[in-house]
Amino acid sequence: MSAPFGSAQLLRSTRRWRVWEPLAALLALALPVLWPAQAPLLSEVAITALFAISLDLVLGYAGIVSLGHAAFFGMGAYTAALWAKHVMPDPLVGLLVAVAGATLLGLVCSATILRGSDLTRLMVTLGAALVLLELANKFDGLTGGADGLQGVVVGPLLGRFEFDLGGRTAAYYAIVALLMALLVLRRLVHSPFGVSLQAIRDNRLRAMAIGIPVTARLVAVYTLGAGLAGMAGGLLAQTTSFASLDLFAIDRSADLVLMVVIGGSGWLYGGVLGAVIFKLLHALISGWTPQYWTFWIGAFLVVLVLVGRERLVRPWTWWRR
Amino acid sequence: MVAPMSGSTLSCVGLVMRFGGITATDHVSLNLPAGARHALIGPNGAGKTTLLNLLTGVLQPTEGQIVLDGEDITRLAPHRRVRRGLVRTFQISQLFDSLTPAQTLSLALAQRHGEGGAWWRPLGRLVNLQARCDELLERFRLTEVMAQPARLMPYGKRRLLELAIAMACEPRVLLLDEPAAGVPAGQREEVLQTVAELPADVSVLLIEHDMDLVFDFARSMTVLVNGAVLTEGTASEIAADPRVREVYLGETALGAAASAAHRAIEESGR
Repeated sequence: MSAPFGSAQLLRSTRRWRVWEPLAALLALALPVLWPAQAPLLSEVAITALFAISLDLVLGYAGIVSLGHAAFFGMGAYTAALWAKHVMPDPLVGLLVAVAGATLLGLVCSATILRGSDLTRLMVTLGAALVLLELANKFDGLTGGADGLQGVVVGPLLGRFEFDLGGRTAAYYAIVALLMALLVLRRLVHSPFGVSLQAIRDNRLRAMAIGIPVTARLVAVYTLGAGLAGMAGGLLAQTTSFASLDLFAIDRSADLVLMVVIGGSGWLYGGVLGAVIFKLLHALISGWTPQYWTFWIGAFLVVLVLVGRERLVRPWTWWRR
Repeated sequence: MVAPMSGSTLSCVGLVMRFGGITATDHVSLNLPAGARHALIGPNGAGKTTLLNLLTGVLQPTEGQIVLDGEDITRLAPHRRVRRGLVRTFQISQLFDSLTPAQTLSLALAQRHGEGGAWWRPLGRLVNLQARCDELLERFRLTEVMAQPARLMPYGKRRLLELAIAMACEPRVLLLDEPAAGVPAGQREEVLQTVAELPADVSVLLIEHDMDLVFDFARSMTVLVNGAVLTEGTASEIAADPRVREVYLGETALGAAASAAHRAIEESGR
């Protein structure tokens, strides 16, 4: 009937579900039970992974460099926290509002990343995060300023599961949110929209020359990335019942870039892998040498970039010419 | 000869492009009737590529007007011109290095058929587009490399992919910027043949240094010197024009090629 092996079959095979994908998802869902003592760490890793994926979508797929992605994370966190404190405690509604707030901010900020070079984009995104940081600092009546926003009480999830001190509800909340986001994004990156982002990253001039509306695509992906970052921020505020100025901080954005680089950019699971490795290294090394853990992260990063990820994970190629 | 009616017409009137004090394009007017096989020739630095960038919208002209099918497109964004069937290729291959030919062509086809913004349906799901994609892969001899990222492909294949992308955009007016530039001898035939096989109803403007290819392909041509039109006419008129020869005398290789082509035309005329 059909051709033996054509482009349709080839494209289908590239987006085929791999065996390890559902297994990894099941493992993620089992972790809070297998490792209950570390539930807070699990939710932190899941949230960070979601945040890293949101940057990878913007940086790895569409090639937009950003040093201010924490702006959207912070926006989502403060929106969720304020919503829970002043409007209603339901976490899911609050999360939607957080996503909406960050998405809106992303849409506004997307105007700043359309022009100029990578360097100007670095500066502009950095600047946007600084502006938000100072705004949150200045309006301390609303945000609590440098003390952080306290007194945030989040209601039970689905009206049933309380966010307890053990953190299991929080861990499940964060992990399920991450998996759902991955499911949607997996679909998105294999769509014409997703592939057109990679086309724009590879060659903007040619993307235009095959009729891709480059500006509209960049606005769309930047806004989407902001919304996802806001979701991660909202999750963090809800699971910790707290929001503070350091959510906007530059080093949070910079750490995030490191995670994407460590895990592999332009790869859906790179953000997850990067966040897991980063957070595990952090937990391990700071247990051993609390003051100097960033030294080892730095050293690891230098080796990773100099040797190359491909070689680093294949030790048998190290001494081959 | 009768031009096919399904073709499209492109013309420009009095185009001027100044970069500071330099006039790169100097009151150029050009007319591509439907089904044209027109060449744009001229020595290095004559402003051929600038003119192409003006026609495709990469650059905005200082003065002048560009008309496609009777509509003024001078201020239209580049990607909108593509949607109207004005498509170009690049002198230096402009490919998506991390994408495979299968992905690249499927994407160009999806974009052409209004599917480019779809984010839930996977790329390659529409059967008729993939059939067309397979056809293009076959015709441009890319089937064997369709699963390779473009950056790993040999040079000749990259040139073919460059042409295939343009054809996937279903052009009605096609601007070819030196399609055979730098192609190794062994792979040259493939490129030349695919250029010769372009559908008759597509209007083609060819920019080329290789005079053999120009005189093989073009029925009419425009000679550009220092940004301005020196002369235009049919292939044999241009070959016989002493001014054109003079312009090319400075460039020995090209001059020799031009006179060789001229001889060939004279012989075939007899």
